[in-house]
Amino acid sequence: MITEVKTLKDDDYKKLVFFANAIVPSLLMFWDWQQENLGANPIEFVTRTTGVMALILLSVTLCLTPLAKIFSWNWLIKQRRQMGLFSFYYGSLHFLTYVLFDRGGDLTTVPADVIKRPFIAIGMICFAMMIPLAVTSTNKMIQRLGGKRWKQLHKLTYVIAVGAVIHFWMIVKSDITYPAFFAMIVAVLLSYRWKKAYFSSK
Amino acid sequence: MAEKINSSEVTPESVFLNRRNFLRTSIFVGTTLATGASYRYYSNSLDRKNADVDGLAEPPLVAGPNGEMSSSFEAITHYNNFYEFTTDKSGVAGKAKDWKPAPWKLVVDGLVEKSQTFNMEDLLKLEIEERIYRFRCVEGWSMVIPWQGFSLAHLLKKVEPQSAAKYVAFTSYYDGNEMQSPVSAGIDFPYVEGLRLDEAMHPLTIMATGIYGNPLLNQNGAPVRLVVPWKYGFKSIKSVVKISLTDKIPPTTWNLANPNEYGFYSNVNPQVDHPRWSQAQERRIGDVNLRKTFMFNGYEDEVSSLYAGMNLRENF
Repeated sequence: MITEVKTLKDDDYKKLVFFANAIVPSLLMFWDWQQENLGANPIEFVTRTTGVMALILLSVTLCLTPLAKIFSWNWLIKQRRQMGLFSFYYGSLHFLTYVLFDRGGDLTTVPADVIKRPFIAIGMICFAMMIPLAVTSTNKMIQRLGGKRWKQLHKLTYVIAVGAVIHFWMIVKSDITYPAFFAMIVAVLLSYRWKKAYFSSK
Repeated sequence: MAEKINSSEVTPESVFLNRRNFLRTSIFVGTTLATGASYRYYSNSLDRKNADVDGLAEPPLVAGPNGEMSSSFEAITHYNNFYEFTTDKSGVAGKAKDWKPAPWKLVVDGLVEKSQTFNMEDLLKLEIEERIYRFRCVEGWSMVIPWQGFSLAHLLKKVEPQSAAKYVAFTSYYDGNEMQSPVSAGIDFPYVEGLRLDEAMHPLTIMATGIYGNPLLNQNGAPVRLVVPWKYGFKSIKSVVKISLTDKIPPTTWNLANPNEYGFYSNVNPQVDHPRWSQAQERRIGDVNLRKTFMFNGYEDEVSSLYAGMNLRENF
């Protein structure tokens, strides 16, 4: 009984550490915004930073399973939901910045813009795919869907990761360092899963 | 749980007594600080507010074309595309700070009667005027900049262009020891640009040597740069070391990097979109909302005759 309580507390602590680290960049961004210290083009800065943060958190989410398996750190698995939701949190801020400032809050101009700018279309699709994953992230929804169907649905994460990297790559003018960096990370994390699936199916 | 990780409550006694608690607090505070520091480092937010580090006060704004107010000196000097230093616009000021662009030599040669090498003293003896121009970046943002500089036509007349000269080729300074590699930037160095001779001789075309009455700072293309206000910003090549008159259309850096996206002319044109984004609107730095982009960046009356009869969609 006592050990159970202790592990529960430990879980809470770990969750808190992940929570704090994931939320800190957005808090600093809000602080800089209050201090008018987001640079000459604050909207571009917030758009880019929230987008990159969404991609970082998505990569972190995908990292957790391999790391947990390799080092037998099972507690890492429990952080996936939170990190995935944080990726959605930054993705939502990214989407909101686009609608409120790039589109001036006028949703009617969004469809034309999506058609005109293919990288926006890809970003939109990625964001749309994150919504069902966020909605079904509760224990209740896992029960309602059944573990197998839930797992299948949440494989969308891989599609989102690839789409997000393409979205990033398409907007860069010439310096591909950052998108290439994320492409590498996502490639490694996906190939780990394909390798697993391949060997387990044999 | 929360009271256990509050660092202000951790006294030396409790650290001594509760090693586990101390460890937890350290991990919590340590990782959070590291994350915050990484955010600060990668977002360049420490480089932003250092206009006073450059030792220059923020000058009052001035009214420019059509009564549009000039952009702040802070914005003009801390939001720059200068790929030789970094591709991060807010990082250029910091990365370019230690560069010493002196003594400077500007070679003017090619199809001219009297090729000459000018030093800055020679150039500053030319008639220096103030020109408050709109500056429209191909990325979709714009500023209004109070330049000081001399007419390029004045300089070219000094070297006496030959009748065979049809184009003007410009070359930027580049030194791999002081600047980043072309591989990191994704474009080739030295940066090169070009104009048709009649564009170069146009009265709006200047070689700038200052902004807001201060000599150009490194991040703005010190000590002398081209300014062609009706073209996208990348045509206005920085830190020019060579101007060559030629009879052939000169190579230009962004066109070499991506010929489908960046043409030789690159006139500001709201009707011809960049293949990946619209050019119909722009965000004036300091504004929240977008504004309309004007044909030839609002200099249509002055320059449209240069392109009479040309298909500007094909000659983008």
